[in-house]
Amino acid sequence: MRVRFWGTRGSIPVALTSSDIRDKVALALLRADGRRFASVGEAHQFAEEHLDFALSHTFGGHSACVELETGGDEYFVCDMGSGARPFGAHVLARQSGRPATVNVFMSHVHWDHIMGFPFFGPAYVPGTRIRIHGCHDVMEQAFRLQQAPPCFPVEFAQLSADIEFVKLAPGRMHEVSGVQVTPAPQMHSGDSYGYRFELQGKSVVYTTDSEHKLENRSQTERFVRFFHGADLVVFDAMYSLADAISVKADWGHSSNIIGVELCQMAQVKHLALFHHEPAYDDAAIEGVLKETRRFEELTRGARTLQVSAAYDGLEIDV
Amino acid sequence: MPMAHHLYGNALVLAPSGRLDHDNCEAFREELAPHLERSAKDGAPIVLDLSGLEYVSSAGLRCFMLAAKQAKAQNSRVVIASMQPVVAEIFQIARFNLVFEAYPRVRDALAALSPGAAAAFDKG
Repeated sequence: MRVRFWGTRGSIPVALTSSDIRDKVALALLRADGRRFASVGEAHQFAEEHLDFALSHTFGGHSACVELETGGDEYFVCDMGSGARPFGAHVLARQSGRPATVNVFMSHVHWDHIMGFPFFGPAYVPGTRIRIHGCHDVMEQAFRLQQAPPCFPVEFAQLSADIEFVKLAPGRMHEVSGVQVTPAPQMHSGDSYGYRFELQGKSVVYTTDSEHKLENRSQTERFVRFFHGADLVVFDAMYSLADAISVKADWGHSSNIIGVELCQMAQVKHLALFHHEPAYDDAAIEGVLKETRRFEELTRGARTLQVSAAYDGLEIDV
Repeated sequence: MPMAHHLYGNALVLAPSGRLDHDNCEAFREELAPHLERSAKDGAPIVLDLSGLEYVSSAGLRCFMLAAKQAKAQNSRVVIASMQPVVAEIFQIARFNLVFEAYPRVRDALAALSPGAAAAFDKG
């Protein structure tokens, strides 16, 4: 499987500002220290090799949307945050006019997780099949509501695609076009659900908008079982641990520290920090990544847990 | 969890040792409870001397947070002193350095809490 991140930001999309770009360019020129580059390729190479990721790239600002490429004809995607717009463009380009079948899996229907759907190009293409899977009773209501007047000019009923809502039972494995999918309930306002995807011996867990109460041992054990042996866990690491268990307790999100501990207990291979705090700039997210890798190193047992910070455009092969 | 304790003036120094994690955090809280109750009665501050603590997990950090909250609610204080480098690093990564008063040595903590406690510490 290939996991492709189209939106990684938490709660609300963010954009780089003109001063952000100005500062990145200025710092990059300083680091270049008078070097001359014969081509754009040479300049790219310098950026890749000598500049921090936060300076030469951006983690991006689209809200949650993560694609799982399975090698089959159908598309699999978690959540329809604002990253669904570029994901939709990718689907249209790849299909070259042929209608697509898209399997969507919804963690929950808070706005940042559905806001990309009205801009999801394939929804306007006749013959496209969109199956929106989830465990909430209010899924269809939420999708229709955000396109109802006066919020949006195109009503849900006007979309040309064949759109179906599929209710899944949490805790049970479901077979969806050859992929085994198991939803698990999570702690979040109005409930949320994580998904474990398994295909040909590989497994990916998508778990966002999920708070973990340290005092609840049975919940911890349940998540360790849910994550167990996964090749990749995409994890809500929005807050610091101190914030998550004090001023932001019961806000429904987790921390990098809890992500590492759960993944270590579950013998996960790769942890991707996800649902980045919108108030963080690129340097802050890169700082969290470095600290998380250091925490993993400090607490490592027999196995090494690979740690990444997801960014819009990142692809991870499992 | 074994926890040495010593009174300097009106300040109590508690010294947990070993590892503090999911397996023993509840035992640590139980051990801490009578000291916090006493602190509620006389307002005596508590110094957690972490010189013997080798590792602390999120569950252990939560115990520190709960103790500090309880102390604050009862007009007392819990402060940290003498963290080993690994524990200090975990505090920083978890951003506990932003919410906890931490001092390099026990004496520094006592001096910040009360001159009498620091004087008692110096007498040995």
